[in-house]
Amino acid sequence: MRISLMPTCLVDVMTPDVARSTVMLLERLGHEVVFDRRQTCCGQMHTNTGYYKEAAPVVRSFVDTFESQLEEVDAIVMPSGSCAGCVREQHPLVARHEGDAELEERAAAVAAKTYELSELLVDVLKVTDVGAYFPHTVTYHPTCHSMRILKVGPRPLRLLRAVEGIEVVNLPQSDTCCGFGGTFSVKNDATSDAMVTDKAANVVASGAEYVVAGDASCLMNIGGKLHREHAGDSAPRAIHLAQILASTREEPFVPSGTILGRAS
Amino acid sequence: MSREGRMDTVDLGMPAVRPQHASPSSHLRGTRGFPAAARDALGDEVLRGNLTYATATIQAKRASVVREMRDWQKLRDAGSALKWHVTDHLPELLEQLEASVTAAGGTVHWARDAEEAGEIVTRLTLERGAQDVLKVKSMATQEIGLNETLAHAGVRVIESDLAELIVQLAGDAPSHILVPAIHRNRAQIREIFLQAMPDIDPEITDDPAALAGAARRFLRERFLDMEQSVAISGANFAVADTGTLVVVESEGNGRMCLTLPRTLISVVGIEKIVPSFQDLEVFLQLLPRSSTGERMNPYTTLFTGVAEGDGPQEFHLVLLDNGRSAVLEDPEGRSALHCIRCSACLNVCPVYQRTGGHAYGSTYPGPIGAILSPQMTGVSDPEDPNATLPYASSLCGACYDVCPVKIDIPSILVHLRAKEVDQRREARGQFRGTWDVAMKGAGRLMSSPRAYDAAVRSAGPLSRVLPGENIGRLPGVLPLVPGWTDHRDLPHPGQSFRSWWAAREKHSAATDQQPGARDEPEQPKAPRSGSGTDRTAQNGGEA
Repeated sequence: MRISLMPTCLVDVMTPDVARSTVMLLERLGHEVVFDRRQTCCGQMHTNTGYYKEAAPVVRSFVDTFESQLEEVDAIVMPSGSCAGCVREQHPLVARHEGDAELEERAAAVAAKTYELSELLVDVLKVTDVGAYFPHTVTYHPTCHSMRILKVGPRPLRLLRAVEGIEVVNLPQSDTCCGFGGTFSVKNDATSDAMVTDKAANVVASGAEYVVAGDASCLMNIGGKLHREHAGDSAPRAIHLAQILASTREEPFVPSGTILGRAS
Repeated sequence: MSREGRMDTVDLGMPAVRPQHASPSSHLRGTRGFPAAARDALGDEVLRGNLTYATATIQAKRASVVREMRDWQKLRDAGSALKWHVTDHLPELLEQLEASVTAAGGTVHWARDAEEAGEIVTRLTLERGAQDVLKVKSMATQEIGLNETLAHAGVRVIESDLAELIVQLAGDAPSHILVPAIHRNRAQIREIFLQAMPDIDPEITDDPAALAGAARRFLRERFLDMEQSVAISGANFAVADTGTLVVVESEGNGRMCLTLPRTLISVVGIEKIVPSFQDLEVFLQLLPRSSTGERMNPYTTLFTGVAEGDGPQEFHLVLLDNGRSAVLEDPEGRSALHCIRCSACLNVCPVYQRTGGHAYGSTYPGPIGAILSPQMTGVSDPEDPNATLPYASSLCGACYDVCPVKIDIPSILVHLRAKEVDQRREARGQFRGTWDVAMKGAGRLMSSPRAYDAAVRSAGPLSRVLPGENIGRLPGVLPLVPGWTDHRDLPHPGQSFRSWWAAREKHSAATDQQPGARDEPEQPKAPRSGSGTDRTAQNGGEA
């Protein structure tokens, strides 16, 4: 299949290895990945902070870019439950707020072909064993928007359990928010900190080497807290689902010192 | 099509007077914004412990009794549909309720706001010569500060609900819809009783049974004294077709107040209506499981008007607006009025669990309060503490999952944020705060593909001025970012994905074209002229 990658703005700049891993994984599975340089952001930050009017041109830019590919690609993939949720649920909302019925319709057409990574793998590419190798203990944080907006359910766990060498352990209070919440983490930083402190403590309590999730934003939050408060060689690290699934015996994932980074 | 022949506006029979917001004297607004109030609450270790324990316990109870209901989602749908029916037909249903209550021997009063409701209740109480009145736990009377109003008129109010009594004796404010004293533990409750309860045994322990026993003795004396007296209640439901009011409570103290006095005054928000008696079947299943985590509610009192020789011989219903019709005006926000006050959203909310209810500054805390309070009071300017409430959520969506009437709280939170931003945008000179400037700038950049591409490609090189693999604490003079780096490290932006991709494309194209390459092998994917953008990435890359 021909798959268009929307790495998300945050991954593109802050945690690029998540996108690189997505490319490695999909190509290994025999698919062609394309990346359109005109893409920017899905507009979630603006929308969720109430800046619909500022979100509208961002949404329009997103729709322009990906609409132009609809004929040429089989699917658009985003390694983020939250951003894929925004495309599906909020783009039509922003268009309606602007009174732009045409944009709403076009956005819906783009959204219909847009998938979060685990959805793409399990539902579209019909694969759960991607041939990955990751001989480590991991614990899974489901992330709120993957769980409650996209309802990806057990898909990520099915993919993880099929990874050779992996051990998946239980995360206490896994379905509680990590406290990221986009601009919430800055506007209500003390409350957000209280939430991520508890999440990081639960990750440590799980005994896992890695906490895995499908959203780099949540992982940047949890990983950032783990790095600040639980530093040390044995401290758990954050890792994206794509990074685990891209890891093989031949090219195993080796973390760098940077949060969500890979040693080159 | 001729415009003249078309009717542009349809008369929906909306009132000529625009609905007004809740009166400022209502307990619906704190003195400072949520972030600051939350910061203080988060620093209180005892409070954190009390909240964590209590919310976890109630949440687990709720989850187990909801799980056993096979038709729970259908029940939620039914509850939601009934509530939408009520919001769609509120004026007719209210008139029907008034007629039913009147026919059953009750008297109906209409109160536009807290002041009017306070005046009505005070007048009724004073006319009957009551010095003391007993109260059934009620959110509506908390909201309008009725206890204070009555105290001002020289009437002493005694709360009969145990938790509400604890709060009252402590001179405190409730912090939870269902469990007003959730922020207190039993050692603190013992101290409160010793300080404020007359004739208490000074040797009393903090054993819950002993504390409940002390409260029971204290309240029994008041109940026995009630024959010529006045009691005040709210109601969970008001049935339009029969005029029946329903009070759902756990202790039986409410029933004492509803049955023993001569005069009963019920203050009820106009949204509490259910169309018919049969609709109670839905709500009396949804409410106890969602609120206390019980299969069936222990004390459900239904009363209709007055009956000679049985219960109160005089019944007054005060129907309270206090901003509710203003909430009703907003089609996207109005379902906040569907709330049946179960408080499941508070118990499951990761924000509420950590900050407690006082940080919200309103009688209605937690996620439901964050959408209800600002709509009821209106938000006049950016400095309004209630302007911060819609942001007091990470939008995790746990509240929506548990809401028994399916109020989409996260969507309404975002809607209210947008409303607040739009209001500021339209007010001259207000749209230039740090966030406004940042969002405008980011919006411009993110809708200009070429500028954005250049900016992202330079982010990595630019950030090399900062040392290390991750970014630690940044100075507070910077805008916004320290909110992040005060608490957690930030990955150091290195080579962006798009730079990596471009390099790979270039390499791959160069490899492809090396044998017999003729022109410009270095730039095979240069931007197409005129398009302003560059679609790279046409092939699958190297194997």
